[in-house]
Amino acid sequence: MKDLLERLNTKYNLTDIKYQRDNLVFLTIGKENTIDLVTHLRDYEGFTHFVLLSCVDWIEEGKFQLTYFLNQPERKYDIAIRTMIDRDNAEMVSAHHLWRQITTYQRELREMYGINFPGSPGVDENFILEGWDDIPPMRREFDTKQYSEDTFFPREGRKTHDPASYMKEKLYPTEPTTDKVNKTDE
Amino acid sequence: MNNLFNWEPDRSKYPTVKDNGELDVDLSSHKFTKLWVGPNHPGITGNMAVEITISGDEIVQAKTHVGYLHRGFEKLIERRLFIQGFPTCIRMCVAEPDYNEYILSKSIEDLSGIEIPEMAEWLRTLALEMARLQSLLRTVPGQGGTFSLGLGVQWGMYLRDLISDRFEELTGARIYHMYILPGGVRGLLPDGFKARMEENLKLIDQFVINIKKLMFDNVIFKKRAIGVGVIKKEWVDQFGIVGPNARAVGISRDIRKDYPYLKYQELDFEPPIAKNGDIFARSTVRYQELIQTVDLIRQIMAKMPEKGDIKSPTPNVLHWKIAKGETYIRSESSRGEYGMYYVTDGSDKPRRINLRGPSYNHAMSLLEHMLINANISDVHAIMVSLQTCPPEIER
Repeated sequence: MKDLLERLNTKYNLTDIKYQRDNLVFLTIGKENTIDLVTHLRDYEGFTHFVLLSCVDWIEEGKFQLTYFLNQPERKYDIAIRTMIDRDNAEMVSAHHLWRQITTYQRELREMYGINFPGSPGVDENFILEGWDDIPPMRREFDTKQYSEDTFFPREGRKTHDPASYMKEKLYPTEPTTDKVNKTDE
Repeated sequence: MNNLFNWEPDRSKYPTVKDNGELDVDLSSHKFTKLWVGPNHPGITGNMAVEITISGDEIVQAKTHVGYLHRGFEKLIERRLFIQGFPTCIRMCVAEPDYNEYILSKSIEDLSGIEIPEMAEWLRTLALEMARLQSLLRTVPGQGGTFSLGLGVQWGMYLRDLISDRFEELTGARIYHMYILPGGVRGLLPDGFKARMEENLKLIDQFVINIKKLMFDNVIFKKRAIGVGVIKKEWVDQFGIVGPNARAVGISRDIRKDYPYLKYQELDFEPPIAKNGDIFARSTVRYQELIQTVDLIRQIMAKMPEKGDIKSPTPNVLHWKIAKGETYIRSESSRGEYGMYYVTDGSDKPRRINLRGPSYNHAMSLLEHMLINANISDVHAIMVSLQTCPPEIER
């Protein structure tokens, strides 16, 4: 694994290299060289199994982290390639020509994070959501609780309680129960 | 007479191909029909639909539609404490919830540097193999069910229920067990568990003989399954095919062997493979795995110690913070590589989790590709043979 990284380092500018395990390494590369590196690993280093393409939203830094996760089935290595792209007008070069399955991942990321992959087949088609007109729901600023309150509340006959204060009220009522009973008796 | 039954339509004239490479499918020409298979159809594996365009009884286009079950699990887990992710996470695949528990627990342990006791490793291995057994008891006869051999499904569901009984006494729950937690497992085997499990396994031994006669020696099953729904070897990497679907084309990939975890190194087994890549080959691989899983459970029960620590100390789960980091944990479910990408940011909640379920590739890009030129009567058989589980597509 170390030999491989030395070879890659001569060709690409790799940063933040971190060995999570002996056979699993995370590394970062610039956006413009990402697909080049992925293609190189597939064609010359035997990383033929594409595991997944994922996105992490670092909203504080205004960046999306795309993670291309590749596996070398012969030597049992895993490389996770991170690349940071801007959150505003998020766009990335499509990799659908490398593995057929990537089309699905890119379609999902388009819908859930709003990242565009120009040229990826069917990237603008609905994947899971239908008729969605809010911001892409997997972005950090999308508040699921607020959305459900706005969409499903208020509903007649339905009320909600703060769990902590409700339990306290039930378990330790402010007035002793016996007094209440006595009062009603009177 | 013979030609009548061997007749094959001439596909050279239509659908015609446009200049841009797309098929010219004009519904108003009355040569094509659009048909939705699912989401409410007994042959569909769960909550998904396949939109097919047929010409005669052959499929010219297919498109998988999901979204009928989306509950936003990954998003919900991002807003919950590490321990609160468990009740949500296990629902990502109903058929084998224990794999969700395992990969989530192992991710948290990997990022926190927690080692679990040996006894807990054995019990986790047992729970995972029991989950595989439950899944295969449904899937193996289920393939016969798609060819109207429904009897095997009834047998399988009965035996599956018996394994649910064992899960209930081990974990307290029948479907969502919540048995594997960060640091270890929740309990030891109850008294007499092994004997009761052995009784169930003996019934499954008989079931294995019966299902062979019902399915694999059956001329209808063979005629419908051999040579149908073929996966080619070169598709395996191109479509991300894993598990029994890859092993049925002769590629021996099994996470338990390639990346040993828990106690699989101490167990004696060899993943079965086949070479033809058709429905029959995939069914045979799963059938062999069913037999192997029974054997593995017997091996685990024989080799595991009687007593021991089942949980390592962990921080207070209500105040647990994990330093910034990321990891990927994989396991071999009955459908293939089942993994989780887990990212933490130093807070008390995960930054991102991403499940990698086999059905994500099998039911989307692969199924759409495989159904082209298939006969309409084989749609369900092909889909079931890929062992699709829609919840893991739309986590």
